[in-house]
Amino acid sequence: MGSARRRALLLVVAAMIVAALPAAVPSRYVLSTLVFVALHALAALGLSLVMGFAGQVSLGQAAFFAIGAYVSGVLTASHGWNGWVALALATAAGAVTALAVGGPIFRLSGLLLAMATLGFGIIVYYVLVNWSDVTGGPSGLTGIPPLAIGGFRFDTDARVFRLAWGALLLVLWLTGNLVDSRVGRALRAVAASEAAAEAAGIHAARLKLGVFALAGAITALAGGLYAHYVAFINPSPFGFAYSVELVVMVVLGGVASLWGAVLGAAAVVALVEILRAALPALTASHGAAEYEIVVFGLILMVFMIFLPAGLSGGRRPA
Amino acid sequence: MLDGVPQYLASGLVVGGIYALIGLGFVIVFSVTRIVNFAQGEFVMLGALLMVTWQARGLGTPAAFVLTVLVVAAVGAVLERVAVRPLRRASGLSVLILTIGAAIALRGAGLVVWGTDPFAVAAFSPGPPLRIAGAVVVRQGLWVLGVAAVVFALLWWFFTRTYAGTAVRACAVNPRAARLMGIRVDRVFLLAFALSGALGAVAGAVVAPITYATYDMGLMLGLKGFVAAVLGGLVSPAGAIAGGFLLGVLESMAAGLLSSAYKDAVAFIVLIAVCLAQVTGRLPWRMVEEE
Amino acid sequence: MHVTLALAILMLLWTAAPGLAQEPYRVGAIFSITGPGSSLGIPERDTALMLEADINRRGGVKGPDGALHPLKLVIYDDGSDETKAVLAAKKLIEEDKVVALVGTTLSGTSLAILDTVQRAEVPMVSCAAAAKIVEPAAERRWVFKTPQSDALIVGALVDHLKSRGLTRVGWLNVDYAFGQLGWLAFEQAAQRAGLTIVGNEKFGQKDVDITPQLTRVKGADPQAVVVWSIPPSASIATKNFADLGLRVPLFQSHGVGNKRYIELAGPAASGVTFPAGKLLVAEQLPDEDVQKSVLLAYARDFEARYGPRNTFGGHAWDAVQLVVGALGKAGADRAGVRAAIESTRNFVGITGVFDFSPTDHNGLDRRAVTMIRIVDGQWRLAR
Repeated sequence: MGSARRRALLLVVAAMIVAALPAAVPSRYVLSTLVFVALHALAALGLSLVMGFAGQVSLGQAAFFAIGAYVSGVLTASHGWNGWVALALATAAGAVTALAVGGPIFRLSGLLLAMATLGFGIIVYYVLVNWSDVTGGPSGLTGIPPLAIGGFRFDTDARVFRLAWGALLLVLWLTGNLVDSRVGRALRAVAASEAAAEAAGIHAARLKLGVFALAGAITALAGGLYAHYVAFINPSPFGFAYSVELVVMVVLGGVASLWGAVLGAAAVVALVEILRAALPALTASHGAAEYEIVVFGLILMVFMIFLPAGLSGGRRPA
Repeated sequence: MLDGVPQYLASGLVVGGIYALIGLGFVIVFSVTRIVNFAQGEFVMLGALLMVTWQARGLGTPAAFVLTVLVVAAVGAVLERVAVRPLRRASGLSVLILTIGAAIALRGAGLVVWGTDPFAVAAFSPGPPLRIAGAVVVRQGLWVLGVAAVVFALLWWFFTRTYAGTAVRACAVNPRAARLMGIRVDRVFLLAFALSGALGAVAGAVVAPITYATYDMGLMLGLKGFVAAVLGGLVSPAGAIAGGFLLGVLESMAAGLLSSAYKDAVAFIVLIAVCLAQVTGRLPWRMVEEE
Repeated sequence: MHVTLALAILMLLWTAAPGLAQEPYRVGAIFSITGPGSSLGIPERDTALMLEADINRRGGVKGPDGALHPLKLVIYDDGSDETKAVLAAKKLIEEDKVVALVGTTLSGTSLAILDTVQRAEVPMVSCAAAAKIVEPAAERRWVFKTPQSDALIVGALVDHLKSRGLTRVGWLNVDYAFGQLGWLAFEQAAQRAGLTIVGNEKFGQKDVDITPQLTRVKGADPQAVVVWSIPPSASIATKNFADLGLRVPLFQSHGVGNKRYIELAGPAASGVTFPAGKLLVAEQLPDEDVQKSVLLAYARDFEARYGPRNTFGGHAWDAVQLVVGALGKAGADRAGVRAAIESTRNFVGITGVFDFSPTDHNGLDRRAVTMIRIVDGQWRLAR
């Protein structure tokens, strides 16, 4: 039970930092960067559950982000729904889609499952591109309103920062509890040995599908928050490349820990921003953007060579 | 509408040949090392762009081709030696991310060296397209199919008729036993990566006259090649060839007969169906074995 | 522990990264220097750098105070990615304290940063084409753009088709924003002009073969075919079109307005006609054309440094010059620069002659579009 206490403490401290930070760091740029860290971290957290507990790689997780963003975006921008209702529906849509898709494809495992999820992600992408009457097509959907409580609108970086990090910490707390619960123990048993878990009377397939649905919901929630923050959505940020980026974040942060997703997202976002600031200074020219991606790729390789278990290190406690 | 079918089939076969050639590179690395090499598409990009560079320096197609294949094979070997080998004992996921990093870095290097503009590459044998059975086929398309056949034959010969090839296969089946038999696994890994580099370069060089050469061509071609390889089982060269043709013809038929907007979606729906058919035992051929 | 330390250092480096503390008149620019938009973004970046150097060689921008201020461009790459564009915009506004923004390259990234710049009340001149970046102008107070809107470009094409009696038209477009917006504009204009669209196909920018789509269009027996895309897919479509032996005239979009398209498509490009700005045919314009001297000077400067001209660099030229002109009138004052851009009349640029107003933040009319035909690998003014 010590771990539950420690986690609660950690979250309380984190929540206090989140509450206080906007006053200490007034820069909207820094806060905005941190908003994206939280959104990517939420999305990656969903995937991290699939990878950590179901032991499976999804190469189509971006599709859930897209579903969340489009359900919330279309309902509010095109149909004038209340933002919170739309966001809740977006989250539910992520879970329902995951159940519908996961039903058949979670009979697969390993590379076959990765392939099937990859296919799913690409199909969703083409639906977004071509169903333009609803989605706005490749040129996107503008005019998505910010979330609001009464007259209080989450329309500044400081407010969205608190909202996004609040959501992230809440989800971390909930999933942390889940990990420690009876269900969590069953999940770990399945992750360790599916056959042994089945022998002990655990319905492995149903559990894994449940994890996939939860992951879908969490990633869709992140997508919904993204839509209300940026106020504009188009399909291109939600393609195959983002699915891969989420896998990178999870592995970079470490599959073994829920905080790994947060670390991984922070590392990827921060690295891009650091390179943007540092490279022109280093090369004494501002025509250096081409080099940024070379350095980014090399740093990613170096990280994996020296920290193959990820930034959070270690293994998930069995 | 059905008038177009011969043309769709011909186009699909040529495009399928492209996917098949790229898929073979994935097969070589995966069958030996169990690594999915995300940088395979970037080998193709390097192959295509190096052809541009050598041709611009006045080299003829054969010399440029040989030089390109050697250089990219060396890139593959360096990738194995510098990055993959230190991670031999790490999880498959870490290695996957490593190859993603390598892919990003190589793509960036392509951008720095060649810039963003696409380049034209001279066809191996220039001339007007041919008419075969009511369909138009460009000459380079026949080169793609011919090269795919030759590469396939060479691989078959290498794996079944040479000592090195047998060693590679032994490692693929059981690395530990292979080591006990005195096979140097390190060298086999190096060989596999060098070969996959060479194969990527061959693919890039032969498809570039059709697709042109750009620094960012690797991602999409690599993805399609990977799907082709998985369709065919990811451990079998013959499977990769068949998977490539299946994917190419599917895309082409979907674009011609159903909807060009959803042609990629159609191809991936079939991919998922094939994956499911494998699990339920309704697939007449074997894909990746369950782990 | 060392991991936490490393992260802490990373965070420190990042927050402490200097915003290049510098002199007056700081202008931010966001271009797609990497990613799918890079073939547009790089000439834009090059043009902006060239202008910065030229202006500073002359001492800088003469402000309303009569003094010369050096121009300082801070250029970031958005990697053709919406999220990175938002962060780049916030960094430029917050950390680099720029007076105005130039860019972005693509419609998607421009629309993504719209909310940010409007809220921060920073004037922005986009180099992306989508009309909804600046429409309705009342809601886009702080945002302007320099490329011609699709309706202008497509309008010129439809008029041309009609004047040649080509009324059964097959259509293909690339499946991203550029292609979709072209299609929407064409569908409307064609209906108004009484053209019949006999085929509507899509393809991907990374497709290696567009023969199946063209075969379908061919089967519909069109009198002309329009392909709306950029190289390399535009060039692949051109080659496939020729290989299939289609005998009808082929039309393309302003997306093929660079020499590379002709090089890639080779002889197949011969006879292809497309609507575009006048830059490509500057030498052939009549001497009384007000843009001629500006176009020739830009083409000469750009080609001396970077290679063949293209219209995308011209969009950046217009954007930077508009901002510089406004800085000269209003100095380093965001609201003043916005008002100065909005009141810019008769500005002779590369893309066209701009007349901005509170209701028009693009400021171009049909004179900014001309029909160009490729003859023997060269651009020719088409009548």
